[in-house]
Amino acid sequence: MPVVTELNVNGVRYPLNADGDRPLLSVLRDDLGLTGTKFGCGEGQCGACTVHVDGVPIRSCLTPAGAIGPQRVTTIEGLEKDGRLHPLQQAFLDAGAMQCAYCTSGMIMSGVVLLAKNPDPTDEDIVRFMDGNICRCGVYPRILDAVRRAAKAMGGVRP
Amino acid sequence: MTEPREASSPEIYPEQYELRGPPRGAPACFRRRAFLKILGTGLVVLCVNRRAGAQAESGAGALRRAGGSPRPANLDAWLQIAPDGTVTFFTGKTEMGQNIRTSLTQAVAEELPAPIGSIRAVMADTDLTPYDAGTYGSRSTPDMGLQLRRAAATAREALMDLAAARWSVDRGSLAVADGKVLHPQSQRSAGFGELAAGSKLVRTISSETAVKPATGWRVAGLSVAKVDGRQFVSGRHRYASDIVLPGMLFGRVLRPPAYGATLDSVDASRAEAMPGVRVVRDGAFVGVVAPTSHAAALAVAAVAGTWKTRAQPSEDQLFRELRGGGNPPASGLIREADGALTLRRTYTIAYIAHVPLEPRAAVAEWKDGKLTVWTGSQRPFGIRDEELAEAFGLGPERLRVIVPDTGSGYGGKHTGLAAVEAARLARAADRPVKVVWSREEEFTWAYFRPAGVIDVASRVRADGTLAAWDFHNYNSGSAGIAPPYAIPDPQTQFHRADSPLPQGSYRSLAAAANHFARESHVDELAGALKIDPLEFRLRNIRNPRLQAVVEAGARAFAWGGAKTAGHGAGMAVGLDKGGHVATFAEVAVDAESGRVGAVRVVQAFECGAVVNPDHLRLQLEGAVVQGLGGALFEAVHFENGRILNPRLSAYRVPRFSDAPAIEIVLVDRKDLPSAGAGETGIVGIAPALGNAICDATGVRLRSLPMVPDGLRRAS
Repeated sequence: MPVVTELNVNGVRYPLNADGDRPLLSVLRDDLGLTGTKFGCGEGQCGACTVHVDGVPIRSCLTPAGAIGPQRVTTIEGLEKDGRLHPLQQAFLDAGAMQCAYCTSGMIMSGVVLLAKNPDPTDEDIVRFMDGNICRCGVYPRILDAVRRAAKAMGGVRP
Repeated sequence: MTEPREASSPEIYPEQYELRGPPRGAPACFRRRAFLKILGTGLVVLCVNRRAGAQAESGAGALRRAGGSPRPANLDAWLQIAPDGTVTFFTGKTEMGQNIRTSLTQAVAEELPAPIGSIRAVMADTDLTPYDAGTYGSRSTPDMGLQLRRAAATAREALMDLAAARWSVDRGSLAVADGKVLHPQSQRSAGFGELAAGSKLVRTISSETAVKPATGWRVAGLSVAKVDGRQFVSGRHRYASDIVLPGMLFGRVLRPPAYGATLDSVDASRAEAMPGVRVVRDGAFVGVVAPTSHAAALAVAAVAGTWKTRAQPSEDQLFRELRGGGNPPASGLIREADGALTLRRTYTIAYIAHVPLEPRAAVAEWKDGKLTVWTGSQRPFGIRDEELAEAFGLGPERLRVIVPDTGSGYGGKHTGLAAVEAARLARAADRPVKVVWSREEEFTWAYFRPAGVIDVASRVRADGTLAAWDFHNYNSGSAGIAPPYAIPDPQTQFHRADSPLPQGSYRSLAAAANHFARESHVDELAGALKIDPLEFRLRNIRNPRLQAVVEAGARAFAWGGAKTAGHGAGMAVGLDKGGHVATFAEVAVDAESGRVGAVRVVQAFECGAVVNPDHLRLQLEGAVVQGLGGALFEAVHFENGRILNPRLSAYRVPRFSDAPAIEIVLVDRKDLPSAGAGETGIVGIAPALGNAICDATGVRLRSLPMVPDGLRRAS
């Protein structure tokens, strides 16, 4: 795969010189220093590496950097706007929805997409959508609560 | 019966059998002058480290020789108040999701008292924090909490002395609140920083230092949010695996194809031809360094080793192996003429993996002859004084281990293999090196929760009181082995065994296994006597603390209430490490598919005075979810020294869809010392689920995991 010379991440166009075969996760973390996106399993099973590509959640450990092209990548570092947390980030704090928090970036990135698609999800909707994200500390009931809180805070309005 | 050990000192107790041998001594090498220089002006609270003096005569000789430096006077700095009012406390404990950073901050805030926001914790840095044996055994709250309270109380007293002298007033007329000393009569006040400024004031902690009773707590005892939570939700926190140093390379290590395999030869020519890759060989150690993590992964995959392997026990021989080749005892229920019963049963426990979501990781840097390693671990000082000291022949003054808040451990991160590997590669490459284990490495080359076989023989009278108890645990361990019931002369024994797989500590150690066997067994006795399981337990419990959680849990669960078809209810009680637990579970069993789901769980818990109710609930909720995995479906499969399912696609851990509705009932005993709570919350869930499955279906399951492929009635 050809060399990737630029990636648009969190609204910034980063010049690069990266082998297009490399996983996007490796490029984000090793080349761009965006370490908020985590390595968990390397096989798309845990969701810790979830980022958005043009608003679609993808597993960056399995996605070659060369497949991104001009699409916009959003990582956990890109959710905060002007020092204000995304409502779901805030809801994670308010619900105490983390222990070690290593899964938190991926959880939030998945949850943000869920809320964009479905502003007022039921618990079943949340479980179904988030079941690919593992929290080994077992904080699932709190994360459900956080997603519910964020949905309420966002007023169920489609962005 | 085990009552909580009285908190006495910050020295942490030796780990049990599961650690693979007792930890060796470690000197607390504290360079007081250098340290005070780092701290600058202000008030510093120190503590004489008694441990160090004793060690000079016992086991620390080897380390002293290795380090080549005499041990300085041992004074540990525990707390500092800077001229700007910032309070910094120092602890060797590690934060890995149990939120001890927050609850220790609360303890300090309470005792000073000072605002939470003015307090900073320096944790788990062997150059900056007092020696600590490790973060395990649920000792952080009872031991470290008390030590830091004493440090804070010492600081408060010193600040009051300063204020009394400055204002020439009677010390007894002063008050302290919110980071200030106040003199209400003259309406004067001064902030802690203002009082401490301009001097280098040193105080030492005395064992007589009084701390506030829990009944008077105002900050401790509240649900304070995770103190640095914003760092985590924004992705800013740097775990060990996120540390980046200038010029850093990425390393990987060549692994054998099976345990015990020895390296015959290596062909690294393909890897060496890759751009930027360097292969490092050091005896049997073979590793690579490369400019990116991906390049390192490709390079290590390109190294071809030939290995000599040896035959070793496989999973199908496991339980016979653990018994030392012996046959299992007879199993069965005997009804006696007077209505008494004798029951003999065997329970088995599979190996399971911790699966911390952050795999083992380390970044190592050599600079001016000193090695610094950032790594995720529960034992920073152990890694320094044992693994790194041995690997490199260096004394503690040339080794520094820093543990950034870590992506969980659950007992699985006692060892420092990644730290040693990164340090070896960094030394060879003459550059900082990061090593992050793959998930397969994490599954294979760390260690597992021990498998076990447990034989129980018991006798119960017709009135439901236990008359005899004989309990043998092979291999998994002795934690939580004592029954919490009134039984005349109960017999319990733990038998060591040769484990085919590497094994070590896991949340609650063997208490989860021992509680599974005991509580399943007791439930079967109750069933055979047709006595309600709750009533049966209450007839045999004499411990009022345990009785209280059982009753509180039963009320919240509405035990004995109406049941949905296909559902069952089960309970279990437990007592370990000062925590008292009663777990009630409702399961649903699908008759067609055999799928078993946990529907709801009520867990009542008491661990003395509660420091942070919300974080305690969170620990207990998490323990239920994590315990559910080992109860129902988690198992490590292995054959002849190879792990067969070292991936998350093959090793199932609990997900959102597995989590039941959980209600936690806390019994807060402000009159009792706080015990730790990270572990004991996990001991009740497996037997409660098993008992509920039996209630729903009549099928008694005696092996963990119970339903890896759903419930098969025929088997």
